[in-house]
Amino acid sequence: MSVLVYIDSINGVAKNAQEAVFYGSKIAAEHGMETIVVTAGNSDNDTLSALGQYGAKKVIAHNNIELDSQQLTKLVTDVAKENNSSVVIFSQDLTGKAVAPRVAIRLEAGFVSGAIALPSNDFTVKVNAFSGKAYCNMKINSATRVISVSPNSLQPEAGEGTAEVQAESCDLGASRIIVKNKVEQTGEIALPEAELVVSAGRGLKGPENWGIVEDLAKALGAATACSRPVGDAGWRPHHEHVGQTGVAIRPNLYIAAGISGAIQHLAGVNQSKVIVVINTDPEAPFFKAADYGIVGDAFEVLPRLTAAVKAANL
Amino acid sequence: MKILVCISKSPDTTSKIGFTDNNTKFDVAGIQYIINPYDEWYALVKGIELKEANGGSVTTITVGTAADEPTIRKALAIGADEAVRIDAEATDAYFVAMQISEYAKDKAFDLILLGKETISYNGAQVGGMVAELLDTPYVSLASKLELNGTTASITREAKGGDELVEGNLPLVISAAKGMAEQRIPNMRGIMAARSKPLNVVAAVAVDALTSTVNFEMPAPKSGVKMIDPNNMDELVALLHNEEKVI
Ligand SMILES: Cc1cc2nc3c(=O)[nH]c(=O)nc-3n(C[C@H](O)[C@H](O)[C@H](O)COP(=O)(O)OP(=O)(O)OC[C@H]3O[C@@H](n4cnc5c(N)ncnc54)[C@H](O)[C@@H]3O)c2cc1C
Ligand SMILES: Nc1ncnc2c1ncn2[C@@H]1O[C@H](COP(=O)(O)O)[C@@H](O)[C@H]1O
Repeated sequence: MSVLVYIDSINGVAKNAQEAVFYGSKIAAEHGMETIVVTAGNSDNDTLSALGQYGAKKVIAHNNIELDSQQLTKLVTDVAKENNSSVVIFSQDLTGKAVAPRVAIRLEAGFVSGAIALPSNDFTVKVNAFSGKAYCNMKINSATRVISVSPNSLQPEAGEGTAEVQAESCDLGASRIIVKNKVEQTGEIALPEAELVVSAGRGLKGPENWGIVEDLAKALGAATACSRPVGDAGWRPHHEHVGQTGVAIRPNLYIAAGISGAIQHLAGVNQSKVIVVINTDPEAPFFKAADYGIVGDAFEVLPRLTAAVKAANL
Repeated sequence: MKILVCISKSPDTTSKIGFTDNNTKFDVAGIQYIINPYDEWYALVKGIELKEANGGSVTTITVGTAADEPTIRKALAIGADEAVRIDAEATDAYFVAMQISEYAKDKAFDLILLGKETISYNGAQVGGMVAELLDTPYVSLASKLELNGTTASITREAKGGDELVEGNLPLVISAAKGMAEQRIPNMRGIMAARSKPLNVVAAVAVDALTSTVNFEMPAPKSGVKMIDPNNMDELVALLHNEEKVI
């Protein structure tokens, strides 16, 4: 029996992929099983072999960056069957959202998505419920189990070890979804998996003022985000909008400047570990959900904070 | 063009959340339900737009009890032609997906539209499951959809940006922001909805592959610490030394 972890390995192994491998290895250790990683991408053997640090014993690598969700489903289910995998782990990222539900159906496995903690011994898994206002513990009753892990839910600890890398070249059939064009935003940190996020709202008054937000994000190595009216007004790209109707994130640090803290905004950010709020209005509701609050003008406080971050030389 | 739109309900975000029976059941007392925003604003309205442009019909499907009928009527008021309710409590995504695929399998829908996720659990499970059960391609997190005959051009979220993809109908597509503009039902729509068909269909038996054990409330925040706006060095030191997040 084994625990199988699927990760993307396109241009390297992202942090959320390491988290998924680490998560799978913890389960494998608890149940006396081995951890096998199956991956599609273009990363070299050394990069993949290094997943041994997070507990992978073997990495089965399919060298292809253009697989659609049905092809990936076939890859993962075939490898799961060959390796007698009773647990299959995904990251709840874009690929996980598209592929994990399909794999669960193929394997007749119970599926819990968005796990925020390791499962108990009987496979009870904790997830967010009701827009992050509560948690729900869900038990998987089937013999084969699929879990997708919410990015940033646990800190992977690197140990010793290297994994054996094995090339996989099975025929996955033709793609039924053809990618015509990619619109890449290189140089930016992807918001859904970001550990640090600097976000701003209508208090910034206009798109021309975002320089001070970007400066702080750059100094910290953070992703940028915004409130919904800012996205709706086209001040910022729509994929930066966080909240009930935007992206739900759980970074280690969320800095919000000029955002009032409406409940629909909080729904997408209240799982952040540390929240810093900058607002001119001491009565802004966001202060109730914050760990650190600064009553002040974002136009003054943000540059000051950027300077302090740079001076600290972290 | 035959379009099926999956409609679920969610507690309004402003609802106060609570539990009963030793935290094993969601307390529905006083909860105001809305249509899950992704289902209503994006999947449903896009379905109606495609019907208006290409002809055909929009059917909504909901797995739920009679308590769901007000939200179903709202979907009809916005412009769906008919509604189906699979008469059962939606216990988990697998149960829901099994009911929807069972209903859809012999009805030759060209498109099945869903929301990208429910705002209650952010599960993002049902779309992929339905697609797999019907052996259909699935395009998730779509923000734009155009049809050219039986070919669909779809913009979807991809790592580090968006991508444009193409596929042939039938397709299962989950809708995200950008897909359409919210429509507010008008009086005529609300009146018309009263006489549109709402068919109640019995559920098929499905194994419970998962079950809810209980709920927990998060530990309350210990309270906000206020920092002098002139002392950002203090904040940086706290974030670095105490919180260890930077
Ligand atoms: C169904 C529904 C879904 C929604 N989904 C979302 C969602 O997903 N995400 C989301 O964000 N919103 C969402 N909203 C909207 C939400 O209710 C709020 O309207 C929105 O979050 C407010 O955005 P804001 O805080 O940027 O603007 P405002 O509420 O206008 O707040 C601006 C804040 O900036 C402060 N300010 C002004 N000047 C300065 C300055 N110089 N320095 C510092 N602070 C300053 C003000 O005191 C104020 O608190 C939704 C609403 C509904 C009804
Ligand atoms: N009980 C239900 N009845 C009909 N459709 C549903 C139901 N639950 C979820 N869906 C659809 O599936 C989508 C994704 O839900 P989920 O996988 O639970 O996040 C929702 O946006 C709805 O379109």
